[in-house]
This record gives sequence, C-alpha cells and structure tokens, in this order.
Amino acid sequence: MNVIVEREKTLVELEHAIADLRTRGAGRDEVRLLERKYAELQQDIFGNLTPWQRVNMARHPKRPVASDYIATLEAFDELHGDRHFRDDPALVGGFAKFRGRRIMLLSQQKGRDTKENIRRNFGMVSPEGYRKAKRLMELAARFGLPIVTLIDTSGADPGIGSEERSQSEAIAACLTTLSKVRVPVVATIIGEGGSGGALALGLADYVIMPQHSVYSVASPEGCAAILWGDSSRAEEAAEHLKLTSDDLRAFGIVDEIVPEPLGGAHRDTTNFIERVTNAIDAALNRLSSKTPQTLFTERYDKYRRIGQWRSQMEPLARA
Amino acid sequence: MPMPEWLRLRRSNEQPVTDEAALWTKCPSCGELLYRKELEASLWVCMRCGHHFRMSAFDRISMIVDGDFVEVGGEVMPGDPLNWVDRRAYIQKLETARERSQLSEAVVAGFATIDGSPVALAVMDFQFRGGTMGTVVGERITRLFEEATARRLPCIIFTASGGARMEEGMLALMQMAKTTQAVQRFMDDGNLYVSVLTDPTTGGVSASFAFQADIIIAEARASIGFAGRRVIEQTIRQKLPENFQTAEFLLEKGAVDMVIERAHMRDTLLKVLDYTIDRRRISRAIMAVPELTVS
Repeated sequence: MNVIVEREKTLVELEHAIADLRTRGAGRDEVRLLERKYAELQQDIFGNLTPWQRVNMARHPKRPVASDYIATLEAFDELHGDRHFRDDPALVGGFAKFRGRRIMLLSQQKGRDTKENIRRNFGMVSPEGYRKAKRLMELAARFGLPIVTLIDTSGADPGIGSEERSQSEAIAACLTTLSKVRVPVVATIIGEGGSGGALALGLADYVIMPQHSVYSVASPEGCAAILWGDSSRAEEAAEHLKLTSDDLRAFGIVDEIVPEPLGGAHRDTTNFIERVTNAIDAALNRLSSKTPQTLFTERYDKYRRIGQWRSQMEPLARA
Repeated sequence: MPMPEWLRLRRSNEQPVTDEAALWTKCPSCGELLYRKELEASLWVCMRCGHHFRMSAFDRISMIVDGDFVEVGGEVMPGDPLNWVDRRAYIQKLETARERSQLSEAVVAGFATIDGSPVALAVMDFQFRGGTMGTVVGERITRLFEEATARRLPCIIFTASGGARMEEGMLALMQMAKTTQAVQRFMDDGNLYVSVLTDPTTGGVSASFAFQADIIIAEARASIGFAGRRVIEQTIRQKLPENFQTAEFLLEKGAVDMVIERAHMRDTLLKVLDYTIDRRRISRAIMAVPELTVS
C-alpha cells in the first residue's frame, strides 16, 4: 500500500467537494473556505515528507515514468536487443532528437499498469538489458552522441535466469563502459534509484535528481532484510539510508535537484517534465564545450573524490 | 604497525592455544572434527571432504606471497558519514569487527612478490563486516590500482564480500563507480588484472571490480552471485537447487575462466602470470617498488 496514495485520498475528496460546490453555483466564500482548507491540508501532508514518504512518492503509480519523458522528445527511434539473448523491455534505449541535438537515450521503464509492469518486469533490468545498454553506450561513443539516462528501478532483476547469465558481469560492464566513453553523460533519477542496478546507468558527468526521487545503496526493503533479516522494517531502513535528494546533494553524489510541485511531480506532469528536461538540456550545453579528454578526466576525478574516511595510523592488535 | 611487521609477528609467534576446544575445529560441511594444526597446514581445506573454510586476509596473503608485503592505503580508516545507529552504532560495529578480524578494514592491499614476480595484491576478509565495501574498501582498492598502473604491475584481487556496506549508504554504492574507473584505466593501459572470487562474493563487489578482470578465477565451491540466495528465494517463492551460484555452476554457465582448488591457487596464479607478463618487465617493476626485496 502506497502511503502517499493513502494520504492523497482526503485531498481528492476535498477536490471533488470543491468542484461539486462550483457546479452547484455555491457562494464564493464557501468555495474559498474549502480551498483554503485544501491548501492547508496539502501543505500539512506534503510540506515536510519523511524519507519513507519520499520512497512512496518515488513509487507513486502516477509518477511520470520514462515513456512520459520520451514522449516529449522531438524524435525517438528505439534500438532493441543485446545481440545475444533477447530484448529486455525493462531497458528502453535508442537514438533521439532532443532540443535540436542528437542523443543516445537509455532508460529504465516501469509500467503504467499491472499488465505493462509485468511485461517491463517492474523496471528491473536483466543482464541482457544491461548488455543492450552497454552496446548502445559504445555506439553513442563511436558517433559522438551524448548519452542521456533516465533511472527508475528498485534494483537489478534478482531472478534465476539473471544469475545464470551473470548479472554481476553485465552491471560491471556498464560501469566500465561509462568509465571510458568520451562523450557527455547526463543521468537523471526520475523515480527510484535502487542499488547497483540503478548505478549501472548512473556513472555520469552530471547527475540530476527531482526533489522527491530516492536513490539508495539498496531498496529500503532490501536493506532491512540484509541488516535485520526483516524486509517489513523498510520504513526504519529508509530513515537511516540518507536516500533523499537533499542528502545526496550534500554528499556530492547528486549535482542538481529539480523542485517538484507540492504534492509531487504527478500533480503537474507536463510542467515538471519540462523543468527536468530543461536541466538536462542545460547540462548537455555545458558539457558539450568540453573536449573528450577533459570529460574523461573530470568524470574520473568526480567519482575519485566520493567517500568519507579518516586518515590515521592505528596500531593493529597482535593476533 | 605497518603490515610487514605484523606479518612477521604473525609468522614467528605461534598462537598459544591453551583451550582444549580451540585445538579442534568442526567441518561445517561433513561434521568431521579436524585438528586445527593439520587444518592450517592443509590451507584451511577439510582433510576429509575438501570443504574450503573462509580464510583470514593474513592467512591468505601468507599462502600466496614470498615474504614481504608493502601495504598500500593502510592509513585509510573508516568514518561514520551517515551517523548510523540501529541496534548498535556503526562505530561500535566497526570496533567489534576490528577486534574479531584483527584488521582495520575489510581489505588489505599492497605490493608483494610471488615466486619473484612482483604484483599488486588485495585480499578481502569476510570476517570484517561480511567483507562489505564502504569508502575504505573502495579507496584502498582504487589506490592499489592507481599505484599498480603507475608501476605497470599486474594486479591480483581476492574477493570475499556480501556487497556494499549498508551503513555507509550511497557513499558505499559510489565505491563501485570509483573502483570500476580505476580498474578500467589500469586495464586500458595494458596491465593484467586477475580476480579470484572466494566464498562468498556477491552484490556490489561482484558487480564491479570482481567481474571486470582479464582472468576470473573462482575458488572451488565458493558461493558467487549478484543477488543473495535468500533474496532470490523470496522473489521467486521457491527453493533454489543446491549448486546454484556455486563456482562450479558459474563455470558451467560461462561466467568464470576456471575453478581452482585452494591448494593449486598459487601455482595457477603463477601460470597466468607466466603466460601474460614479460619477464623483462619484472626487473623494472621491482625497481618501482624499492621496499620489496626478492629472494
């Protein structure tokens, strides 16, 4: 059960009541009173989201998914398959035209409904999906196309087949490839960024994160299972993981936060997507002036710096 | 205390075992009671069933290198970037891990020689927080690859890890990116990278430097995969076959170059080095690590 959807219910009721009053031609004061109540309630619910509420916001069934972003592109021509095993519908990639430039788009695609989610494996990518991504990254690099990625997954697919076809190698190969391509790479965590499965598309020159997206070392459920053997303690794990956009900006892992309308991206999808794509566009503009070698060096330095440790010689105890 | 001294101490001072129970170790696989000295002499492989016990980083290093070991990144110590407290504080967990493993972190990295061939070597230790990768593991591995690139030394990594360390959150995950980049530069420069996957190798370590190597060796019977066995079982709601995610299973599926018994590990590494490394480069490499003496 999505806690945001639950909390939205009273708001939706109020919305209906206001609309109802209007159609019945009720007095202006009456409508205004309800509208004020609505605004207060909205502020109350969304003004200060907890980490767990943000996780639910990132998983909101109406939150824009990759295909909503792709629909705003001037052109998109999907390229399929890893040339070895199959085409993974959880990973959508291909040539695109974006604000007058040619790009390579790679995205994790969650479904809009149950049927599509089953086809898309809930955005959980299999090895062949990552291998398709790697192939397209290399293609982009050969023809000088910037790479734009949209990340939205709770994690890489954890199935038997994925293990048999070496999920580890497939993710590592994506990371290796993003380490060496000498074209601009801009990554956006549009919803949920979970674990290595997300990072496989996330090693980038510039990382954009909408305000209520989350990005974590493991999904809160996974983290709770690993640490406490109990995935039902996900809310508690979310509190610990520092997975919000503000946290990650502070760590230097995210470069830019895109604000969301009160109530979340889905309350104003069109304008919100415009804001995100504006940020991607601006990032590509800045990166396009850099030489391939500069891109390569600066990307290395960016990740080289990430982490916190103490430098200290402590005597090791004798065995 | 720098590593070489530690290693010498470890080698010269036999651990006095007074407790009778400590003289014997039970094999978790076949149940046989094994005399500890004999078990050590057989490189922690059960004399009856061949079960490979998990090894400490120091035992592993002793098993592989000729003598000296010049540590790299040993001064890098863990912090507590998330101020993590659950049942216990992360810093307390680290303290326990230090006491248990006698290590400052989950990996020991440095330079050594194997039968006279200088190499960069890192060994992970499962006893330290399940071999999980936080900032320090990422930093030490990265430094090792950078130093090895500068010296044109081949690099060997023994992995043993439950994946990224939860208590360092996204900073832990980002170590995958950091190490991968360093490995990529190292390999792009024409250097040899051999990874040896030991029990267990999973998650973020598996999906970064463990599977990036030129040659991937799996130690016999090691459990290796991306997702943990329990996670998969919960996802598919059925029991997995016994051999799933074993070294032998991965060999059959084509994910690793070879599966090697522990007793043959050193010889196998030497063979790989012999096939790939120009012996003339060795003398230059030794000069690049003046601390190393070669017998």
